[in-house]
Amino acid sequence: MPNTEFTPSIPSRPTYTGLVSQGAAPAIMVADEAGAGALIDLAASDASVMDHAHVVLIGCGVDVLRTPAPAAVHEAPDFEAATPVITQLLGEARMGTQLYLAGSEGLIGHVSAIAFAQGLPLDVIQSEHRGPIARRMQCVHCKGITEDVTTDPFTCSHCGLTLFVRDHFSRRLGVFQGVCVDAETPGVVPETVEIRP
Amino acid sequence: MKLALKVTEVETLSPLVKRFRFEDPTGAELPVFSGGAHITVEMPEGDIIRRNSYSLISDPYDGSAYEIAVRREDQGRGGSLYMHTKVSEGDEITVSTPSNLFQLDLRARKHVLIGGGIGITPFLSQLKQLDMEQKPYELHYAARTRDEAAGLKLLPEAAHIHVHISDEGARMDIGAILDGQPLGTHVYTCGPEGLIEAVADQAARLNWPETAVHSEAFTAPPPGEPFDVVVKSTGQSITVKADQSLLEALEEAKVKVEYSCRGGACGRCQTKVTTCDGRILHNDHWLSEDERGAQQDIMPCMSRFKGTRLELDL
Ligand code: FES
Repeated sequence: MPNTEFTPSIPSRPTYTGLVSQGAAPAIMVADEAGAGALIDLAASDASVMDHAHVVLIGCGVDVLRTPAPAAVHEAPDFEAATPVITQLLGEARMGTQLYLAGSEGLIGHVSAIAFAQGLPLDVIQSEHRGPIARRMQCVHCKGITEDVTTDPFTCSHCGLTLFVRDHFSRRLGVFQGVCVDAETPGVVPETVEIRP
Repeated sequence: MKLALKVTEVETLSPLVKRFRFEDPTGAELPVFSGGAHITVEMPEGDIIRRNSYSLISDPYDGSAYEIAVRREDQGRGGSLYMHTKVSEGDEITVSTPSNLFQLDLRARKHVLIGGGIGITPFLSQLKQLDMEQKPYELHYAARTRDEAAGLKLLPEAAHIHVHISDEGARMDIGAILDGQPLGTHVYTCGPEGLIEAVADQAARLNWPETAVHSEAFTAPPPGEPFDVVVKSTGQSITVKADQSLLEALEEAKVKVEYSCRGGACGRCQTKVTTCDGRILHNDHWLSEDERGAQQDIMPCMSRFKGTRLELDL
């Protein structure tokens, strides 16, 4: 399955241009189960890309990436467990290290935000979207983050407000912003639809 | 905006470099600035006003004064000579409010500052800002001889401040400086063109992203042979003297051109060329190779002309 094509939107909406090998440079790669496919394709295009790669797999097993073997593989069950590993890898990395992200928008946004906080320019982070188009949404009212949002509007998992899925994206936090639907007219909520790419 | 200030200190830092301190005559606070900012100093001589931009070297958070360091360029068109020979303590001086074309990217995890010769100046204010914000940095200052290294008197002694005097065999090794810096480092270079290129080359070789490599190359406009320029809207023909820049000649003739750095770095003065029978001597750091070749744009703050007719869309 190739990189997802998203409908063009406002400039704040991130775009994912797909992974392109930068050769055998030191690299940090982060992927979820669907994203691991993008790493396999990347390695198929240039096996040397794995020579000095540290791969963090979130919620999937090492066996997806056997040949060519990366320099090291770290497994984490979820974002929360992966965050300290990624932060440490970024913290120890030297200039010239490449960052490859693949998988859900939530993963790409989350890791980009960590890297951004460490001073890495966003335009050097490569990313490829694979798998479901669920979003990580932040409620602009209570600031709580709801994972895996697939419908618009949706219910904030923290404060219970009904929120619109907006294309406004916070690069600092790596989340899309959800805004209350029925602030003016409580209870008047448009029909719920599946979000589309 | 312009500020009428008073020269309160003039100090000789090295045989070629003097430091100047400007304060408000009433003791009022001056607008604060950010590290890397410059001011444009007016130097009236007869009926012409020369303007040169200089990096501020004083503390960005200190509104009591602005300080600059000026290197005397004997081959220059007179601006630095004016500062060296005509300006003394107690004089009045008109300067612009600060503007900054060489800002630190404060998201960086670490800053590497590389200054060659008088190119140390923008870093003197930046390192005060970095100290204040407690950001990790290292500064490398390269000069040919200790005698020429005017910056030595202005640099604090600290472990992360490195001085490379090539005459003493301590040449700066750019590769060694850049290699192994932590991910998220930004590098800033100011100094001769060759130094800026060498840093950019080395950074590219080590796979640094271009967005992490910054430089400032603005220099005073070079003198040259006199030439004529025609203003399209009025048909007026203006002579640019040998020791005058095109921008200065236009200003003298009351033709309005936007500017900021006056050193070919900011792009503000870019002007369309409507006729060019001859060759534009591009001295700026702004236009691309292709734009230079096309001869349809000129940066009047720096560039000159050789030929029979130059007409500008002014
Ligand atoms: S004034 Fe800045 S490039 Fe000419």
